Amino acid sequence: MALPKYTEPHYRIWHYFYLLVCGCVFFFLIAPLFVIFPLSFNAEEFLVFSDGMKRLDPDAFSLRWYKDMIYGTKNPWGLAARNSFIIAIFATLGSIILGTLAALGLSSRHMPYKGLIMAILISPMIVPLIISGVAIFFFMAKVGLAATHLGIILAHIILGTPFVVITVTATLSGFDHSITRAASSLGSSPYNTFMKITLPLILPGVISGGLFAFVTSFDEVVVVLFLAGLDNTTIPIQMWTGLREQLSPTILAVATCLIILSVLILLTAELLRRRSERLRGINR
Amino acid sequence: MSSETGKILTTDGIPLEESLKQAEKKNKIKAFLLVAPLLLFLIITYMIPIGDMFSRSIDDKMVTNMLPKTYKAMETWDGKELPPEEVFEAFYLDYKILVKNKTAGKLQTQLNYEKNGFKSVLKKLARKQKKFEEGNYKEQIMKVHKRWRNVEYWRAIKRRAPSYTYSKYLKGVDMYSNEDGKIVQVSEDRRIHRILWIRTVEVAFFVTLFCFLMAYPIAHLLATLPMKYSNLLMICVLLPFWTSLLVRTASWMILLQQQGIVNDFFVWTGLVANDNRPEMMYNKTGTYVAMTQILLPFMVLPLYSVMKTISPSLMRAGKSLGATPAVAFFKVYFPLTIPGIGAGCLLVFILAIGYYITPALVGGASGTLISNQIAYHMKSTLDWSFASAMGLMLLTGVLAIYWIYNKLVGVDNIKLG
Repeated sequence: MALPKYTEPHYRIWHYFYLLVCGCVFFFLIAPLFVIFPLSFNAEEFLVFSDGMKRLDPDAFSLRWYKDMIYGTKNPWGLAARNSFIIAIFATLGSIILGTLAALGLSSRHMPYKGLIMAILISPMIVPLIISGVAIFFFMAKVGLAATHLGIILAHIILGTPFVVITVTATLSGFDHSITRAASSLGSSPYNTFMKITLPLILPGVISGGLFAFVTSFDEVVVVLFLAGLDNTTIPIQMWTGLREQLSPTILAVATCLIILSVLILLTAELLRRRSERLRGINR
Repeated sequence: MSSETGKILTTDGIPLEESLKQAEKKNKIKAFLLVAPLLLFLIITYMIPIGDMFSRSIDDKMVTNMLPKTYKAMETWDGKELPPEEVFEAFYLDYKILVKNKTAGKLQTQLNYEKNGFKSVLKKLARKQKKFEEGNYKEQIMKVHKRWRNVEYWRAIKRRAPSYTYSKYLKGVDMYSNEDGKIVQVSEDRRIHRILWIRTVEVAFFVTLFCFLMAYPIAHLLATLPMKYSNLLMICVLLPFWTSLLVRTASWMILLQQQGIVNDFFVWTGLVANDNRPEMMYNKTGTYVAMTQILLPFMVLPLYSVMKTISPSLMRAGKSLGATPAVAFFKVYFPLTIPGIGAGCLLVFILAIGYYITPALVGGASGTLISNQIAYHMKSTLDWSFASAMGLMLLTGVLAIYWIYNKLVGVDNIKLG
């Protein structure tokens, strides 16, 4: 950001100070993530940069911890990854279906008690996770779903739907309802209208809400800690256990994989956001 | 149109007004049916269980159910002098069953909470009651231990008569109701919960403050830079936002450890001696640093979305009318960003006040928060009714803050990404 030539000196200094502060904050935000990456290739067991790594000695780097992550004896990561993906995928599907339907209803101008219902629907997002965890655990224990995949999936649907409701409601706020009326007047059934007209238009919102739900489920540890048994261990639970007991480089290898996953999700979310804005005719 | 009635009719012959009303009703039902599955699902699996937490937290049926005859006999006893013979007899009969079923231990523990020294008295009674003869139980029980002559002990039993109690809530703020039924504080060395509440609010407040101080300049920069630069910088905000919480906590554990990079840097700059590296993790410092970084995106995003809508010409107008940049900023720009500040601060505050994972990992003993205490009682002591009570106290606080948030900003203004 260039300053005009007539800027006074003290303002100029202030401006550079401001840029410096911004730089520091951006560094503070992003730098911690980059510590994990090199350390996960450490040939040694310690979580500090060895002298060899500082000299960029190739021998100081290895894929040892990645091998350990995949082939290690008695390693929990395979099972944890499978569980995490199964739970996250089903929780996302559930959240999308329930959340989209609810958002469609909420966006209708005929909906009674809109404020109250919206407050109930997004309450899992406002209530601290620890309280949700306790409440959901009591429910699941009562109906015998504690320590089952189904129980965890249902719990994650509870936590994931608010995101879908919010994103889809936002997409629908710019939705022109006369197109669906046009479709109906041309003889299309409500189901057909939804599939052919409404859904394609709100799809970006649905998918980005789904992404939030997926990440919420995939990263969720508080509620799972209450619910999971030995067979339902997930990646966050394994990381949590690992971080509590001993910070091993294998965890960093897993963390690196998770960062790569989050980069992919970020790119998808950004593309969707832009597409959705273009479709809604928001030009910036 | 029908001129006779003066009403507009549809082709079916129904007045238009009525027909419209019917259509409206139909639409209402249709909209409601769409919301119903999620609403029902959440009510059954989420709202009712939270209500269940409440009934659990005040539940005190255990003692009531263990001494049914005693409490029935006690109904007419005023509690001033020793209870009459019927109460003694009822208590003897109730207690006999408990001893026979081997559940007397629970009663001993529960009544000992109420009055110290009750356990040994009850244990002695359990041994002696086998030799009791029929009739005149008052004499026989009082002979077992002299404390049975003390009316205090009988009052202690009577206090547990109601099937509900708010003692768990009192315990949550380090208070209890004493023998006289007065609410008093626990002794000073045992006031752990109040420290935790204060610390939780303090951490949440300062994390919010730090987040605000750091987020404001970068949100401003992001909102004023040309699109192609700001998109790039936005990644610095969004990537941590999308990255796993545990990954970010892990990276702070690496950075802040004693041989970690931050300490290395301090040693290198000569701020601290190599053999005197400060402990930056497992205390409040660790909690503050890690939580601020983790919650920062939640402050930046609402601020950014508000600042984006402020036209730069407003600041120029202010300056052209003679304001210095500082005056123009505080009189023009800052007031316009207040909705964003409110949204961001309350969002971060609500998230911070219920934080669990990060304090548990980097907080150590002096950095743990109220959530850690709830989890501890859920998983270790299994005092679920106390965990529920603490959870509901926390929830009440959060809802109060949320109510303010809703008044100030409106729920609809929550933006994601």
